[in-house]
This record gives sequence, C-alpha cells and structure tokens, in this order.
Amino acid sequence: MSNLTANAKSSPKMFDAKIVSAAIQHSFEKLDPRVQVRNPVMFCVYIGSILTTLLWLRTFAVQEGESVWFVFGISAWLWFTVLFANFAEAIAEGHGKAQAASLRKSQTAVTARRIISPDKLAGQDSVTQSVSATELRLGDLVLIAAGETVPADGEVVLGIASVDESAITGESAPVVRESGGDRNAVTGGTRVISDWLIVRVTTLAGNSFLDRMIAMVEGAKRQKTPNEIALAILLATLTLVFLLVVATLLPFSIYSVETSGQGTAISLPVLIALFVCLAPTTIGALLSAIGIAGMNRLSKANVVAMSGRAVEAAGDIDVLLLDKTGTITLGNRQATRFHAADGVAEQQLAEAAHLASFADETAEGRSISILAKNRFGLRGVELEEVQPNFIPFSARTRMSGVSFGGHEIRKGATEAIESYVRGLGGFLPDNVRAAVQMIAKSGGTPLVVSRDAMVLGVIELKDIVKGGIKERFAELREMGIKTIMITGDNPLTAAAIAAEAGVDDFLAEATPEAKLALIREYQQGGRLVAMTGDGTNDAPALAQADVAVAMNSGTQAAKEAGNMVDLDSNPTKLIEIVNIGKQLLMTRGALTTFSIANDVAKYFAILPAAFASTYPALKALDLMSLASPASAILSAVIFNALIIIALVPLALRGVSYKPVGAAQLLRNNMLVYGLGGLLVPFAGIKAIDLMLSAVGLA
Amino acid sequence: MISNFLQLLIYFSVLLVCVKPLGLYMAKVYGDKKPTWLGPFMRVERWCYRLCGIDDKVEMHWKTYATAVLSFSLVSFLSVYAIQRLQGWLPLNPESLTGVSPDSSFNTAVSFVTNTNWQGYGGESTMSYLTQMLALCVQNFVSAGVGMAVLIALIRGFARKNSTTIGNFWIDLTRGTVYILLPLSLVLSIVLVSQGVVQTLSSYQAVTLIEPTSDNTGQPVLTQKIAVGPAASQIAIKQLGTNGGGFFNVNSAHPLENPTPFSNFVQMLSILLIPAALCYTFGELVGDRRQGWTILAAMSVILLPLVVAVCLAEQAGSPAFESLGVDQLASVSQSGGNMEGKETRFGIVNSALWAVVTTAASNGSVNSMHDSFSPLGGLIPMWLMQLGEVVFGGVGSGLYGMLVFALVAVFIAGLMVGRTPEYLGKKIGAFEIKMAAIVILLPCGSVLLGTACAVLSAQGKATVFNPGPHGFSEVLYAFSSASNNNGSAFAGLGANTPFYNGILGIAMLIGRFGVILPVLGIAGSLAAKKAIPVGPGTLPTHTPLFVVLLVTVVIVIGALSFFPALALGPIVEHLMLQSHMLQSNR
Repeated sequence: MSNLTANAKSSPKMFDAKIVSAAIQHSFEKLDPRVQVRNPVMFCVYIGSILTTLLWLRTFAVQEGESVWFVFGISAWLWFTVLFANFAEAIAEGHGKAQAASLRKSQTAVTARRIISPDKLAGQDSVTQSVSATELRLGDLVLIAAGETVPADGEVVLGIASVDESAITGESAPVVRESGGDRNAVTGGTRVISDWLIVRVTTLAGNSFLDRMIAMVEGAKRQKTPNEIALAILLATLTLVFLLVVATLLPFSIYSVETSGQGTAISLPVLIALFVCLAPTTIGALLSAIGIAGMNRLSKANVVAMSGRAVEAAGDIDVLLLDKTGTITLGNRQATRFHAADGVAEQQLAEAAHLASFADETAEGRSISILAKNRFGLRGVELEEVQPNFIPFSARTRMSGVSFGGHEIRKGATEAIESYVRGLGGFLPDNVRAAVQMIAKSGGTPLVVSRDAMVLGVIELKDIVKGGIKERFAELREMGIKTIMITGDNPLTAAAIAAEAGVDDFLAEATPEAKLALIREYQQGGRLVAMTGDGTNDAPALAQADVAVAMNSGTQAAKEAGNMVDLDSNPTKLIEIVNIGKQLLMTRGALTTFSIANDVAKYFAILPAAFASTYPALKALDLMSLASPASAILSAVIFNALIIIALVPLALRGVSYKPVGAAQLLRNNMLVYGLGGLLVPFAGIKAIDLMLSAVGLA
Repeated sequence: MISNFLQLLIYFSVLLVCVKPLGLYMAKVYGDKKPTWLGPFMRVERWCYRLCGIDDKVEMHWKTYATAVLSFSLVSFLSVYAIQRLQGWLPLNPESLTGVSPDSSFNTAVSFVTNTNWQGYGGESTMSYLTQMLALCVQNFVSAGVGMAVLIALIRGFARKNSTTIGNFWIDLTRGTVYILLPLSLVLSIVLVSQGVVQTLSSYQAVTLIEPTSDNTGQPVLTQKIAVGPAASQIAIKQLGTNGGGFFNVNSAHPLENPTPFSNFVQMLSILLIPAALCYTFGELVGDRRQGWTILAAMSVILLPLVVAVCLAEQAGSPAFESLGVDQLASVSQSGGNMEGKETRFGIVNSALWAVVTTAASNGSVNSMHDSFSPLGGLIPMWLMQLGEVVFGGVGSGLYGMLVFALVAVFIAGLMVGRTPEYLGKKIGAFEIKMAAIVILLPCGSVLLGTACAVLSAQGKATVFNPGPHGFSEVLYAFSSASNNNGSAFAGLGANTPFYNGILGIAMLIGRFGVILPVLGIAGSLAAKKAIPVGPGTLPTHTPLFVVLLVTVVIVIGALSFFPALALGPIVEHLMLQSHMLQSNR
C-alpha cells in the first residue's frame, strides 16, 4: 500500500471525538425495537431492561421484595448494557461513514459531454452536448478533456491521457489510460489531467465503482457471512439454554423455600440480572461491530470487496495463483548480457543487436539498446546514411530486425534464427547452442542475433524478480497458503524463476484454458483458490476462483469477474486480505470463548446471593466473599456491561494474527481468551464490589 | 486404598485391551468388504433380508433413513405396549400376572424402545416371562442396534463425499444385531450362568427359610418365594446394549442377577465395551484411527477423575453415621466408608465404579442404591447423565452425541484460528450448528422443564419421599436419567404414577428422537459436502490440545446448564451436611 494513501483517505483515530459523539447519539436511536430485534441476544437484554424498569416502578406501589434502589440499579445497568452494545456498533459504523464521506467528496455533481453522433468521431473535436452525469446511459460515448472529471465508469475507445486516480486509490502519481489493451478502464470520479479521452459508459450512475465502495464502507449493503450466521445460531442457542436455566430456577426456588421453610423465592429482578449475566452478551453486543470493523480495515487497505463472504473466504485460502509478469517479476524482461559466438567480438554482437533493436519500441528492445549503450557506449547511428528497412516482429517468422546496405540483421527465437540462417547456408555454432541452453536453464530468454548467414551470438534477456517478494511468499507459506506462478514461458524458464522467487509451484506455457483447468482441479480436490489478475484473458479464471482480486489498473472485464478490486494494484495485497479475513473470524471466536468463560465467575457471584435467605449454606460458594447479596448481584451486572465497552477497541482492531500454525494459534488464544475469560471476571466483580462498598451502596 | 486403585486399574486395562480387536471387527461388519470367515453370519443376514423383503442394494437419503428409524420405533413401541397390556391372556406366564396398567405400559414401552430402560415397575411382580423375553429383551437388542445404525450413518457422513445417501437403515440394524450384539450376548450369558445367574422358564420357587421369621401381624413365616426366570439371556444384552433394565426389581444388586464379584466385573466390562470400541470403529471408518483414539481419550479424561471422586466420597463415609457410632474404617473384614445401600460382596469401589460406569454409559442399571450415596457421590452420576450421555454413553448414541459436541468444539476452535471450521475434512456450516444446537438444547430443556413441572405440581410433589434438597435431587435425577435415555434411578421417588409415567415417557421420547433426527440431518448434510484435504492451516483434531478443548466444551456446557439446579440439590445438601457436622463437633 502506498504511503500516500493515508493522506487521501483520512483514517480517523479509533476514538475520534466527532465519531464518538455521533456514536453516542446513534446508541440511543438504536433503542428502536425494530433495530434491536435483529440481534436475538441483545433483544433479550432489551426485554429484560424494559421488564426491570416496570418492576422498579412497581416497587413504589408495592412495599415488599427488593428495595427501590436495588431494582433501579439493576434496571439502569441493563439499559447501559443495551446502550453499550449499540455504541459498539455505532462507532464501527461511524468509522465507515467517515471513510465514505471523504470518498463522497469526490462524487460531486459532474457534467458530462456526451457525443451526439457516435458514428462520426472526430477525436477532440467531436460534436458534444452537455448533460448531467446522472443522465448518462449504458453505451453512451463521452468526451473528457484535460481538467475534467470522468463522469462514469467506462472503457476508453479513443485517445490517451494521464488520469489522476487519487480520489480512489490515494496514489497521487497519475496513471496512463488509453484505448485498447489492458489499460482502457477509467473510473468515475477520477480526473483527466492531460490530453483527452473518448469513453464508452459501462456503468450507470448510482451503481458505479465509487458507489459500491461507499455502500460497502457504510455497511449499507452488509450481509451476514456464513460463519457469522452459524455463530449467531450458536449464540441464540446458548441464550435459549440460559433462558431455560433461569426460567426453571424460579420453580426450583419456590420448591426450596417450601421444603426448607425459610427465606423467600428468588425475585424477578435477580432472575433477569442472572439471565443477562449468563447470556453471551459480550460477543452478542460486539458481533456486528466486529463485522463492520473488518470491512473498514479492508477498505483502509484500499481493497473493495463485492461481498463480506469473499473476505471471510480469503481467510480459508489454500492456493494462490499469481501471474508472473508484473506480479512476481518487474513488468518486462531486460537484456542483461551478450554472449558472442566463437570468433565474434562482443562489441560486434552488441552493435548488430543495437541496430536490430533500433526500431523496437518494446521494453525488451529498449533494454537491449540500453545494455549496448552501457557496455560499449553505442549511440544512435546516422540512419539517413544507411537507409534502413526495419522488419517488425511477426508471430509467423518469430523474429525482427533491420536490412540496410545489403546486410540482413535479425534477432529472434533460437529455432527461428537457426532455420533462417540454414536457409542462407549458415549454421548455429556449438557455443551459441550451449549459451542458449545455459540461459534457458537459468530462467532467462535467449535471443539469437544473426547477420546474413552468420550467427553472431545470443542476447540474454532476464526476468527481474521484485525485491522482497520471496519474503512475502514465505509469509504466505507460513499461513498455509501454497503459491503458484502462472506464466507463458517454457517450463525450463518458469522453473528457474519459480525457484528464484520462492513460489511453491508453477504453471508454464499457460493459456486461459490451462489456468481455468488448474483452478478447477484444485477446487475438485477441495481446495479454496485465490487468484490475482488484471488482463481480460484472466477474466474466466478470476470468475472461477473462490477469491478473485482484480487489479484496479486492469481491464473492466477483469474487475467485473473478480470479487475484490485492489485499488493499489498490488498483487501481494492478498496477504493483507487473508490477514483481515482471519482476524475477522478470530475476533469472533476469541470473544465468544471469553464471553462463555465469564459465566463461571458470575454463577459464583450471583447464586449464593440469590439463595442467601433460603440456603445460607450456599455462602460457601461465594469465592469472592462479596459484601452483600445485593452488591454481589449488582457487581456482576455492572461488570457484564463494562466489559462490553472495555472490549470495543479489540473488536474494532481485531485480534492480531500471526502465521504460526493452527495448533499454536489455538493454544495461545485459548490461554488468553479462555483462561483469561475465566479469571478476569473474578477480579473485576470483586473490584466493583469493593467500590460499591466504598461509596456505601453495598 | 491401594487395593481400591488396583481394582480400577485392572478394570480399565482390560477394557482398553478389548477396544482395538472389537473396534476393528465392528468396522469390518459395517464396512463394504467383509472377510470370508464371517460366512455363517452372512447367511443369517441374507435370511433376514429375504424374510423381510429388504433390498440390500438400496441406499437411503437421510430423510428416508430417519423415516425408517421412526417407523421401526413406532412399530416396536406398539408391540411392546400391546404385549404388556395383553400378557394376562398370553402364554409363558407361570405366575398368572395380569395386564400392566395403561400408563405404566406406555412408560415402559417408550423406555425400552428408546434404549432408556427406566423402570417404573418391579420386574418379578409385573412382567410375565413372555413380556420379559418377547417385548423387553427384543427391544434391548434392537434399540441398541438402532443407536449403532444412526452412529454408522453419521460416520458415513464424514467418510463420504458428494453423496446423497448415508446407507440403508435395515442393513445397519440387521448387521449390528446379527454380527455384534447376538454373538457377544450369547457368550456373556453363558459366563453369567456359570456364576449363578438364573436361566429358566419354570415358575417361582418356594424355599424353606433357614431362619424363620414373622410378618407384621405376628404370623410365623416359614417359606419364601424366590423369583426366577430367563434372566441370564436378558442381563447379557441389558449390559452390552447399555440398556440397564433389570430382570428383577433391585436390578444388579439382586443375587440372582449379579451373584459374584466376577459376574460384577464382566458386567461392568460389557457396559463400556461397545461404546469404547465404537470409538476405534469410528477412526477406522473415517480412515484416521487417531481421530477415534482422541475421542476415546476425551471420554476417559472426563470419566477417570469422576470415578476416583465417587470412590473417595463414598470411602470417606457419612458424617451422619459418625454420630451413630458406626465403624466406617476400612479393614480386612470390611471395605469401610458409606456402605448404606451397598452390597457387601461389591464394597465401595465396585459400587462406586458401577455407579459411574452405568451413568457415563447410558446403562442405568444399579448394583447399589444411588439415593444412599453421599451428596457428592450422588451428584457425579447425575451430572454424568446431564452432560448428555456423551462420556461413552449408550451404544452408538454416546458417540454420535460426542461427535456433535466435537462439531461445536471445532466450530469455536476454527473461529479462534481464523478459518472456517472443519472436522475430518468437512466444513461446518450454519446447518450443522443448527442441528447441533437442537441436540444440546432438547435434552437439557427436557430435564429442566420436566423437573420444574414436577416440583410445581401437586402430583409431582406427592411421591417425593424426602422433601428438601435430597428430594429435589431425586426429581432432578429422574428427569436427567429419562431425558438423556439413561434409565438409572435414584430411588426415593415414587415414579409409578400416571403423572411420572406420562411426563418421564415424554422426556424419554424427546431425548431419543430429538437427538437422532438432527444427527441424521448432520449426516446427510456432511455426506453431500466435498472433502477438504488437510493443510498447514487446518486445525489438527487428533492432538492432546483437541482433547482438552473437547473436554472443556462438554464440561462447560454441562456445568453452565445445570449448576443452579445442582446447587439447590446435592451441592447445598453437601454443604449443609458439612456445616451440620461442624456444629455437632463443637
């Protein structure tokens, strides 16, 4: 991710004053029963709050049972429990909204110049009419000149321009967008800063990329993910179990009072307090905040996910398919060495190679000229003198070159040049053949150069593996993800690069069909496959992959096929996505464990208190030796409410993930959240009890 | 004390030795290829299919399988009910016992069909030989067979991939009965007869008392009628099938049902034998034996400390006896400790071990009266049932219950390691969790709500003979036993009333079919899934760490659900007894 990102999309502090005050207000708005009913665990607490409030009002009328202050205390803290849960959700949403607001700034009303007669395109001078961006329809052509904002997502059909995409990516350096090829996609809300473009609209207003991104960070379109649904079922079950436990405790208590002949049956406020303490309120309150915060983290990492499902699936990825070019290696191969044939001076070879590459505007061609210049100080020749005739590369001949002054200079694939010189009566010298094999074996690409019937030598082209990529792959391996490099190279070259980059496997001579087949094969074996890609020919494979991250620099087709788009166009971004997916699950798991483990201490606090009058002997279970029955129950309820607030930062930040293997992770988390969850409430409840006694409320 | 531990050690060593051979054998029985030496059994199996018109090529969808289980159980219920009602007109009734009352017949029919064997009646004074043999003994076999069949269906769910079927219920039921239960029962009943267990169709024997006594009107009593019957054949399957329903009223405390320490030993062994060995079968059939050993380890980790705890609690004696001057010290001539309600031929260890083993496995037979155990000694058998009968549990039913807990454990653990939870290569989704939730919720709800109904209603309270915490324990014990299909009785509760016969019958039905149906649902759903190969990110489920996790889940769910109820029963009784002792010492 670029360092500049942080500037463009301001990421507020966790407890930014503005967000907090808005969240507090929303906490009260969320008391609407229609909102509450969506979360079964908290809805039960909500009902409990209403009931205890009614019971509190009743204490004024009926002078028996629990004291006014005790019932008021329970009721107030139950309301706090509900409000704290609302607050957790509201603050997570607040962070999303803050992000969305900064995005929306770039989405001001845009006027588009629609081309009236698409069949008569005249470049920059096409006849246009001004319309609002919202009136554009699919397939409309619009002209965008320097300084104007792109009105909608689309494909460049004519022109080339530099575009400032910082509104979306946060990257301030402009990017080039041009018709044809893999750089033809433009995004609504970005700005053309030089030249002009004619763009075909591919997405309607309100459904653009930016809109989807805003919807995602605002959580408007957030749907529950499969694991979240399963967890919600488990939590609802636990809630139901505790409802049964508490509901049957009343008859048990009545029976105990009857047969022991002393004390009074457990009161309703105490029963409700016990239920709320036992129900998994901690995780129930934080569950939706965890989900929203996960999506926020994702958008902070500059990734747009089409669904939360894909983020969760990212945590389960077994296999990652990566395109070699641009992902593992720098975009293009570069000439690194000249291997001259026997009896040929290296400079002679370099001169011929230089001449042959003169008109070759590809990056490879340029790199040959640069190498020749660096090695022998060769400059551009006076071309007028020689009157060259450039032969461009063709797929049929598989070579290119130049003809001048009766000489034919050619460069190309070994087999192509060999058959070419044989036709002229020449041959491929043995040391050249050896050099070719050596180069191929080391992962390079040999280009043989000939002059007339004579082979001069070989140019070694090499893929340059990106710095630091090996470490990234090692990290993926630690996470349990297998990396597979996809390349059009021959197997020999592919193997060498694979070894250098440290990927686990490779697919050489890959065609779109072969990629698709590979993904299917892994999926048949039960693996979850992720793929990153940018080109149109990646689209079928992206559509097949379980997690498909399209590069924002890629084509529209690739972006449509993927279920995530990386705005930074960084193929190793998947590591961050996997991290976020795993953190999402781990945070839920850890807080569920913590929540359940808490119940043990709460039993020891509340049960002896609840039956103090019927069975004084149960006082032996009061391990914390709390001040009084009322203080014991109140302390448990207060602890239960405060722990929600205490865990909000963890819910927003997520439990940290380290790639140490599943067993180690489980052991660590069991110790921290399981054992911790068992012990913390003993200390917490005791502390609250001491404070209540100190202020004389016990 | 050393001899106490030595007895436990011998018992568990012998049990462990039997696990592998029997587990492997059962895997072969339910597997696709059977060794040729099983030829004679295969002929019997084929006769059964021909007799019943079963096509053994047909595979079933889980819903079809469930329908087969339900319809088979319904027919079983109706036949057991009818035989009891009509036994007065039927043959093999030397004592001319009349038909059983409708409510008791209902309760007993449900009880035996659900593999619970809760007994509201006294065997020798209620059931004719025909009823014992044709109704109860038959159900001892087939209800155990049903449990094993459902387990095998669940195992197939794990083992198969992309499959719409989970086997054929009729085949699984037939195989379990013909290859496993019948031969083992035959061997065991012969061993039992050698120890003095009766096996006869002749009528009850009148014997002259060596020491004449007098009845409460002062008339001298010179003879006693000794109940006999075809007991050995029924007792063998009662233990092997974890049924537990006694031939005689006092169950395995009866000298003709369990005469010697050796008969006691082999009966205890046969109680845990199949549930333990099925763990191995499970590992074998899912293709990873370590998984089976892990489950067995988790069960043992829960069981062993509880056995020791009950032994210690009972050996410690009762404070109440102290004030009476009863000698509770162990010596060469007596085992010491709290011997109230225990047989001297078994002593403390074999009574405590029996109590734990029969409540861990859903056997429910007794060789001592649990009602007379110390409060903590009685708490543990009750809690073992409340755990859902998954610590060994009933044949088949214990393991399928434990596997459901394993799903829950894996689900929580999976989340904690940041991966969609998976167990044995199958992803655990919302459907599995929903079904697991039902499995946990229904028996638990049945125990709590049933107990609440009983202590609220006049009929419920009327037959509680010891009101107070102990009486509450008796009611809670009864519902824990029925709802988890154990059948063990605490005694002290008059349960043969229309109220208890009815409500406990319903509890047994919930505990049986409320679990079987969701388990089959899980089996069907898992079978349809594809299998995920193990990778470095996969949570291993064959490690000590997973044992700890599984044990924790079982214990935490059991403890959290029942802690308040137990606090008002055995726990407060224990605390009151302790403080009472303190006061009297002062």
